[in-house]
This record gives sequence, structure tokens and C-alpha cells, in this order.
Amino acid sequence: MVVEVRDLVIRYGDLVAVDGVSFSARAGAVTVILGPNGAGKTSTVEHLEGFRPAAAGRSRILGMDPVLDHRHLVRRVGIMLQEGGIQPAIRPREVLRQYAGFFDDPLDVDELLDSVGLAHRSTTTVRRLSGGERQRLSLALALVGRPEVVLLDEPTAGIDLEGRELIRSTLSDLRREGTGVLVTTHDLDEAERIADHVVVVDGGRVVAEGSLGELTGERSTTLWFRCHDPVDLEALGAALGAPARTVGSGTHVVDGPADPQQIARLGAWLAEQGLTATEIRAGGSRLEDVYRDLTGGGNDRSAS
Amino acid sequence: MSAWASQLRTEVALASRQGEQLLVSLGIPLLVLVFFSLVDVVPVPTERAVDYVAPATLALAVMSTSMVSLGIGTGFERQYGVLKRLGASPLGTGRWVAAKTTLVVLTEVVQLAVLTGVAFALGWRPPMAGWLPALAGLALGTLAFAGIGLLIAGTLPGLVTLAVTNGLYLVLLLTGGMIVPVDELPGPMAAVSRVLPAAPLVEITTGSLTPDASVAPWAWITLTLWAAAAPLAAVRWFRWE
Repeated sequence: MVVEVRDLVIRYGDLVAVDGVSFSARAGAVTVILGPNGAGKTSTVEHLEGFRPAAAGRSRILGMDPVLDHRHLVRRVGIMLQEGGIQPAIRPREVLRQYAGFFDDPLDVDELLDSVGLAHRSTTTVRRLSGGERQRLSLALALVGRPEVVLLDEPTAGIDLEGRELIRSTLSDLRREGTGVLVTTHDLDEAERIADHVVVVDGGRVVAEGSLGELTGERSTTLWFRCHDPVDLEALGAALGAPARTVGSGTHVVDGPADPQQIARLGAWLAEQGLTATEIRAGGSRLEDVYRDLTGGGNDRSAS
Repeated sequence: MSAWASQLRTEVALASRQGEQLLVSLGIPLLVLVFFSLVDVVPVPTERAVDYVAPATLALAVMSTSMVSLGIGTGFERQYGVLKRLGASPLGTGRWVAAKTTLVVLTEVVQLAVLTGVAFALGWRPPMAGWLPALAGLALGTLAFAGIGLLIAGTLPGLVTLAVTNGLYLVLLLTGGMIVPVDELPGPMAAVSRVLPAAPLVEITTGSLTPDASVAPWAWITLTLWAAAAPLAAVRWFRWE
């Protein structure tokens, strides 16, 4: 494991931002910390970056203490702050050369600019770059020292589709090269696309951890359907021999085995009632459903 | 290239690109030097205005660079998160301080060369023996003013740093003997001024670089105290983000 966090607690005065978080991240994989704003994601990452001391708990990056061994880790860990960190008056090529100069064997600056799609903007001042271009420059800064671990705080927040795809493909390259990648996001779609391993946090605690398959598979004994007309859940439950409930507007769940017979019975019952289901799904629920269940996030898919 | 050199190259590139920095570090001291040497409005203790104004301007140049330029530049870097981001790089605090110090010293060397050259053209002929104490005073002044600039930059937001540093600059410019000798100020104002770092620095440069003049001992004591206390205070209270 390249990152290991055990029972981490981070406090700001009386406020407990992180309340006993444990998880780990391995090399050659993308680990996503997913959660709504205020869940403690940034505090956790900034602790790993060496900026926030822990009130309790133990964490290790590459076997070292993120705060005490900070000066050793800065050579081996690449970071991307949630925002800022770059002079508005500087140019992408200049700031990359500056950071390249801090390492013994940095990446080639021009190749790196090209790989994050900024070759044509290399001499434009940062203040004139778009939000997405700044994020990509910030990602390039994280990578210039050939890190073994990268910590990225909301790398795709507020950036355009093209920029997102570029960041995703860069993360895939890093995974393939064996780098450990830890990413925070509040964006479910993003997590679903990039994660090998997901840590769902809410209110400073881990509410679920696992691979996408594990997280969504845990709910495979459930039958989900969407129907926008009123549904008599009691009658449905009686007909199917399993309790039925509503989990969101127009989204209903039948607990119990989600086998083909049960799906057929649900279809038949709906037809009998003259109802149309827009979607019926057995098991394999989307991360979105799991996330809503776990965080009680309702319809707020990307609280920002 | 070493990390220090890489940081210094960036610092120099950014500093030379900012017009307002050049205005403060070279434009204003040059203007003060030329104007008050040629226009005889200041009640200077020397026979010719340039003999007082030239060494006073050297003190002004040091205050401009080490307090105003350094303070404002660092204040905005802190506000933009640049210092935080650098904190997660292998640069390290020591080499960051070394790069900033080198930038300040390089700027001051250019300022002193230009101002001394212009003052010579205006007829200034300082005693050679005065340069050693004058440069020692300028070095102490640099420490004192850099400490003050970094203390402000490290504790207040960027725009407030801009306002406070510029305000302080103007107050010290007017009351620190940099144009009008402190002896010409009303008694209580002069007393306060002598406790601040500008007046002792001007006392040292003018006292050393004017023929038949000398430096009052209080100036060395006050300036040395500032040169020790201000950087210590900056180290104690500076916050990186």
C-alpha cells in the first residue's frame, strides 16, 4: 500500500473535520475519496500533503509520516491543490521549468506541456488561461518530478469536458505506469469513470469502501425501478412477497432476491395496474444509488 | 540547475516584469535624488543639497526594495497559494529564503550603482572611508526592513499588505529624514522617528558619506535592534497560507 490512513482525526479548534477515517490506496490504481462538500476530503488530503497535523491516528505515505517526514516525501509525492498555487503573472513553461529545477530527474518540460494539451499556451500568462487550462497546468506541476504517489484535490472541478477527458487519460497512464493515484471528488460520474477503489466519506467518517463492483454489488439483492405515476407500495409488497419502499422521487426498491422470476412478477404487476416503469434494474445498481443511500444526499448529486 | 537557482530565475523574471516594482525600487528614489538635488527647497545641513539627498536616497532605495517590493510580492504569493504549493515541493524554506535574499541583494546592487552614478553626475563626492560603515548600515537596514515587510506579508491578506506597506513607506519617507532632515521635524515627531528604523539608517548613510560629518551612536544601536527583532518577529509570526 502506498497510502495508509488509520483512525485519522483532524480538528480545527472545536470543529472535527475528520473523525476517525481509515482507508488505503495501492500503487498502480486510482483511489477516489468521494463525498459531499464538508465531508473532510480536503482536510484528509492536506494532512497527507503534510499541511495539517493529525489530532489522532496514524498515516503513512510510502511508509513515512506525512508531516514528520515531509521533506523526504516532497521528492516522491506530486500534489495538486484544490485551487491556486500559481502566480497569475507567470507563464506555463516558466513555472514548469521552475519546478523541474527542484528535482534531480524531472520530466521534459515541453513533452509534459504537450501531454496536458498546453503546448500552444506555453507562453500565455496564467491569468489569461481558462479554468480548465489552469487545472491541467497544476496537474503537470504535480507530475514534473516523476512522483511515485500523486494526491489530487478535486482535479476535475469546474472544468470543461475536453479538460476532464485529458485528466482522465492522464490518470489512466499513471495507473499503467504503476503510480499510486489518490483523487478527491464530489462528482459521482467522475468517480464512476476513474476509480479502481472508492472511499465514500460523509461527515468526517468513511461510510463505505471498496471497488466499484463491491460497492454496487452489495446491493445486488435489491430490485430497483422508476415509475413516475403513484405506486401502491403495500399492494406491490403483498403481490411480490417482499417489502417495497420509495427511495427518491419516482424511484422504488423491492427488497429481497432480485431474480428473474421476481422481475417477471414486478413487470406483470405493473402491467396489471396500468403503470409504466421507465427503468427496472436488478442488482448492479449505479454508484449514484449507493451514494444516496449512504450519505442521505437526496437528489443533490454534485453538491457544490 | 540547483533548486535555489531555479527559484531565483523565476523571482528575477517576475520582478523584472512588474512595472510598479521598478517604479518603487528605481523610479521614486531617482526622482527624489534628482529633484531635491536640483531644486533647493529642503533645509539640508550640508552646503549643497546633493550631499545630503544622495546618501539619504540610498537609504530610501533599500527601504523600497526590502520592505515594499519584498513585502508586497510575498504577500500576494501567499494569497495566491504560491507559498503553500512551494511548501509541497523539494525547494524547502531555506532555499526559498536564500532566493528571496539574493533577489533583494541583486536589486539593491543595481539601485546603488544607478543612484551613485547619477549622484556623481550631480556633483556628489563622498569620502571613500565612509563607504564601509554606509554599506554596513545598508545591510542592517535591509535586514530590518525585510523583517518588517515579511512580518506584514505573512500575517495580513495581500491587498491589506499592499496598503499597509505603501502607507508605512510614505510615512517613513516623510518622517525618516529621507527628504527632510529629522532635525527639522517638530520635537515629538522627531523623537518618535528616531525610534523607527528609517531615521537611524539615514543618520548612518548621511553621517558616513558626507565630508566632516559623523554618525551618532544611537543610530547604530536602534538600527541593530530593528535588524535583529524584525526578522525574528517575521519568523515567529509568518503564516504560509
